[in-house]
Amino acid sequence: MLNIKNIHAQVGDNKILKGLNLEIKPGEVHAIMGPNGAGKSTLGNVLAGMEKVEVTQGSVDFLGKDLLDLEIEQRAAEGIFLAFQYPVEIPGVNNMYFLRAALNAQRKYRGEKEMNSSEFLKLVRTKIKQMNMRDDLLRRPVNEGFSGGEKKRNEIFQMSILEPKLAILDETDSGLDIDALKIVADGVNQLRDDNRSFIVITHYQRLLDYIVPDYVHVLADGKIVRSGDKSLAIELEKTGYGWLED
Amino acid sequence: MSEQIETSEQENAEVHKRIEQTYKDGFVTDIESDTFPPGLNEEVIRAISAKKQEPQWLLEWRLKAYAKWLTMEQPNWAKLKIPPIDFNAISYYSSPKSNENAPETIDDVDPKLLETYAKLGVPLHEQEILAGVKTRKTPVAVDVVFDSVSVTTTFKKELRKAGVIFCSFSEAVIDYPDLVKQYLGKVVPIGDNYFSALNAAVFSDGSFVYIPKNTRCPMELSTYFRINEMNTGQFERTLIIADDGAEVSYLEGCTAPMRDENQLHAAVVELFILNDAKIKYSTVQNWYPGDEEGKGGIFNFVTKRAACNGNNAKVSWTQVETGSAITWKYPSCILRGDNSRGEFYSVALTNNYQQADTGTKMIHLGKNTKSTIISKGISAGKSHNTYRGLVRISKRAEGARNHTQCDSLLIGKNCGAHTFPYIECGNSTAQLEHEATTSKISEDQLFYCKQRGISEEDATSMIVDGFCKEVFKELPMEFAVEAKALLDISLEGAVG
Repeated sequence: MLNIKNIHAQVGDNKILKGLNLEIKPGEVHAIMGPNGAGKSTLGNVLAGMEKVEVTQGSVDFLGKDLLDLEIEQRAAEGIFLAFQYPVEIPGVNNMYFLRAALNAQRKYRGEKEMNSSEFLKLVRTKIKQMNMRDDLLRRPVNEGFSGGEKKRNEIFQMSILEPKLAILDETDSGLDIDALKIVADGVNQLRDDNRSFIVITHYQRLLDYIVPDYVHVLADGKIVRSGDKSLAIELEKTGYGWLED
Repeated sequence: MSEQIETSEQENAEVHKRIEQTYKDGFVTDIESDTFPPGLNEEVIRAISAKKQEPQWLLEWRLKAYAKWLTMEQPNWAKLKIPPIDFNAISYYSSPKSNENAPETIDDVDPKLLETYAKLGVPLHEQEILAGVKTRKTPVAVDVVFDSVSVTTTFKKELRKAGVIFCSFSEAVIDYPDLVKQYLGKVVPIGDNYFSALNAAVFSDGSFVYIPKNTRCPMELSTYFRINEMNTGQFERTLIIADDGAEVSYLEGCTAPMRDENQLHAAVVELFILNDAKIKYSTVQNWYPGDEEGKGGIFNFVTKRAACNGNNAKVSWTQVETGSAITWKYPSCILRGDNSRGEFYSVALTNNYQQADTGTKMIHLGKNTKSTIISKGISAGKSHNTYRGLVRISKRAEGARNHTQCDSLLIGKNCGAHTFPYIECGNSTAQLEHEATTSKISEDQLFYCKQRGISEEDATSMIVDGFCKEVFKELPMEFAVEAKALLDISLEGAVG
């Protein structure tokens, strides 16, 4: 579903991705690990279309479409979801209202019927139960005054409503205690199916105990330098990234 | 071939839609008017007074104001660039000819005028309004002012049954001279400022409201101001009196056609709130703002002041200011009665070359008086938006309290937001709080919204709406919806 070929990307003059290749098939979970500054978050931002990241070379095919040719919101409607490392606050805008606007914008793009408020409420009620989240989060402004854990859970909740085809989780585990981590992982696992794929960006093997990946890749200096299965993550936990310098 | 024509027609429709969206109330009503030739002198003032068949005392009051105005100079302390105004190039009176015989009922009103208000979405047919009540809307009584005259006032009879007087200012002068005489110019004296003096000299109409003791006005009252004629100014006066224990909610709306020339609107609003009374005064100001290059638009120089003369009196100003080329406006509260309360909630949005210098004055005179100021300024395009506010605690205002919050939101890189809060505190028991923030719609916020599928334009409107929420919730429900729609339209082109 996703085919990244030889991507080079930079922010300003700072070259970050230097020839990255990655292929993901439907239903697969790929974990991306690697030292700080390797370009892990930039990969997510390239796929989502962040404007300040400039792609200078390479191509990305997503379900037969040239992803780099699409606007940010078009990519979202095509099924790309980015769970932010630092979810953004939008003061005064009710979380439910925001999410319904997002869902309906995507549905409209895809030529589907927009959801009215009662249909949406029903959907939200089901999902919030599944995600094991408190429903007062819905009535509060988007991420405003949320704790770090609440913000991350809100991202997963949004994902469950928007039902993307490819979800990129950018360090969703950072700053979570073990209980919150389990809730987040549980939310992700419920959404796993044969057609939906995930890119899980993380520093820690711990998350991968709960979200078991099909592949683990090590990203260093803008390229994928090693790929393997889950055992690679366990190995990295022991060895660190020192070996990269050899 | 036919297909091609269809497309171009469609395109045309699209273009028209865009233009209308930018300022949807910019049409001109083609109507025959009785308009004074431009110019300002004593003769013009006498002529206005004669048209209105005013008593001698009012004519003298006008002439006194004119004499005062001649000695004054246009203020220039505001952060506004005001091109010179030629007061002799303005016509000070214009009335649709068909209005001359003072229509008694709605059926006597010129259909062209009715059509104008239908187009503006202002309901005038009482029967239709009442029929609408069952389905959704609460009835609102409306006084409609077209150029210099009040065209009609709805629900007058129903209101009269409750003892409420709601009529045009001109009628009030004839029918309730004692009330007018008792209150006119008592909180905005004729010499208060340059534009209030001008207004006192040449004002032509406006609304008058009196709510008797212990009466809650049975419906919302509103006035809809429309400038239509070219080269005219609109100078209206509104006077609202809430007697002991009375309560009223009043709303005003304003629009004008799109023209290349600037037009002047200099109004005066006086509110009197007696013991335990309440007035809630809301404004949705959408005068023509000028075009994208800053050509044309209304100069909106308005003096609004409320006197809380009674104990436990309460006044609340809520304004949504999206229109006008230049806005100069400071709805104020004189908190004379003990325990009286003043509130000011404002959203001012400027785009393109618009300029706004607006805020409030809270004058605390009574004991335990309380005031709240919440101001939200949004600047886009090349516009400048200024909050200017004064909180004055007098020596004897024991236990006075004020909370001020003014927030500015910038959209784009070429606009400006300015804040001038003045505080004068003469009593050590006062508690004053001031919060101010300036923020930009951040790229992070836009990226986040867009990543969820929301377009940049919708995201901006959502963020702005969230920013204004505290003020919108003060507006009557239906107007809150209208205000939000107005902000979206006014922001058109501000993004991207």
